[in-house]
Amino acid sequence: MIHDSYTDAYIRDILVQYRVIAMVGASPNASRPSYFAMKYLLAKGFQVIPVNPGHAGKTILDQKVFATLGDIDQPVEIVDIFRNSEVALPVTRDAIEIGAKVVWMQLGVRNDEAAALAEAAGLKVVMNRCPKIEYGRLSGEISWAGVNSGVLSSKRPILGAKGGQQRALRSDKV
Amino acid sequence: MYEERKPGFNTLAIHAGAQPDPATGARVTPIYQTTSFVFDDVDHAAALFNLETFGNIYTRIMNPTQAVLEERLAALEGGTAALAVASGHAAQAIVFHTLLEPGDEFIAARQLYGGSINQFGQAFAKCGWTVKWADTTDAESFRAAVTPKTKAIFVESIANPGGIITDIAAISAVAKEASVPLIVDNTLATPYLMRPVEHGADIIVHSLTKFLGGHGNSIGGAIVDCGTFDWMGSGRYASLSSPSPSYHGIRLAETFGNFAFAIACRVLGLRDLGPAISPFNAFLILTGIETLPLRMQRHCDNAFQVATWLVAHDKVAWVNYAGLVENPYHRLAKRYCPDGAGAVFTFGLKGGYDAGIGLVSNVKLFSHLANIGDTRSLIIHPASTTHRQLSDEHRERAGAGPEVVRLSIGLENVDDIIADLDQALAAV
Repeated sequence: MIHDSYTDAYIRDILVQYRVIAMVGASPNASRPSYFAMKYLLAKGFQVIPVNPGHAGKTILDQKVFATLGDIDQPVEIVDIFRNSEVALPVTRDAIEIGAKVVWMQLGVRNDEAAALAEAAGLKVVMNRCPKIEYGRLSGEISWAGVNSGVLSSKRPILGAKGGQQRALRSDKV
Repeated sequence: MYEERKPGFNTLAIHAGAQPDPATGARVTPIYQTTSFVFDDVDHAAALFNLETFGNIYTRIMNPTQAVLEERLAALEGGTAALAVASGHAAQAIVFHTLLEPGDEFIAARQLYGGSINQFGQAFAKCGWTVKWADTTDAESFRAAVTPKTKAIFVESIANPGGIITDIAAISAVAKEASVPLIVDNTLATPYLMRPVEHGADIIVHSLTKFLGGHGNSIGGAIVDCGTFDWMGSGRYASLSSPSPSYHGIRLAETFGNFAFAIACRVLGLRDLGPAISPFNAFLILTGIETLPLRMQRHCDNAFQVATWLVAHDKVAWVNYAGLVENPYHRLAKRYCPDGAGAVFTFGLKGGYDAGIGLVSNVKLFSHLANIGDTRSLIIHPASTTHRQLSDEHRERAGAGPEVVRLSIGLENVDDIIADLDQALAAV
């Protein structure tokens, strides 16, 4: 498929269908964007497994860190790549190897060769997007910050499981 | 699939940002008239203060009614995000507070709203920010004013009160050469007539008080982030690319990507300087925006007819409306705002200063006041009011000489507007 843009339905279905994310390049530094994204996705009920060889065996946000995707001792659905575009290729090979369903490359990360490999192996691919921003955009939460979500709807937003301000996603297919 | 349609401008003007209220189902955006918002728990509170999640804390920084207005404006301008504030002047103060440090310079067109000339030249000087004036009709004059201290370029898309259409693309080229953001005040055009992002603007500011609100009932301002400037690549804008001391060392441009400027304006400028918009004003302006496309076209159509009538009047020396074929800015108007050249323009009276005073005294339908962009037709004599504080030289350069009268054409029957000018001119 063409990866210059994605339909909202494509992104929404991925975020509704899959709940286990391995975050390659997760950082224990609380000022890093990967830390922000991991904390947000945990709060939305995703299981997020940090992958960072420099911190293997330690924890980030109370989650055990693994050195490589191959070391993870449970099934992984989404591999979220917080590394540069070049490294995305070997990481994608690992993602295919462990049976992941989606390869997701962060904002600014794009590798079309990796995308073609993943798609040939039956995986879905998202590039140059952040799952935190996409979740916030499609749920309407990011609109609290005056961000142009691109979403028009005459339906009520879906409230999250707790609190008055948190919102959730629902598939179009229900 | 329906959701993948790209909605048109009229649809965005009504729907962008405004889903039904999730708690009550209210279809019109409610007025959230509250100072503060309860936290779900201590973790949620901490995450909000750390900017780790999206949500509301305190109406000085954000409010759900204001947020709908912001998303609507961002959508209409084709930007990534927006921030609504107490006034157009507050928007400008926050933009420059975010971009500049003491000792920095910026270049501004000298053909600006008189209040902006005061703000840039007087108030900003106290912050150590130096404005260098250039000629909005001459992109080379901006190029000549660039120095190593230049941090931004500022123009009005349609200059107030002179009726000049700015060649935004030509000045954007200068900004790109200098690697500084181009800020465009799009108040007189509104995104209905012109979208500066399509011509190279990086930041757009508005006085919402004018055509966007449109009914003369609320003061408001806005900043739109076009998402086009590479703050991390530049490294010259510390508020965006340096570790933020008030947010645990995060770099806003790294964390928030292509809407980081709007976030920086909110969580630094608005948080610390404080000019928040009231939820009620945000509501009134939102309601106004729903009819912006209809109103703006009628404003322009009426203005064209009034300008055409004035040209033929024997007491009128000249009419500066870019919608007229003979106007020197008509070519730029055709290129930048083909649906209309706005509804604010000036004309000169052969009788000079005294005739100007006489005309504003004689009108019966026009209101003599210092605003533009109302449903009502408005008139003012800039030399004795809005531009009174400027030197003679600045007045002339701003298009506000002694014989000049400025009109903001409203939505009344155009025959009634012309009849009022006819009777008022007869007596000067």
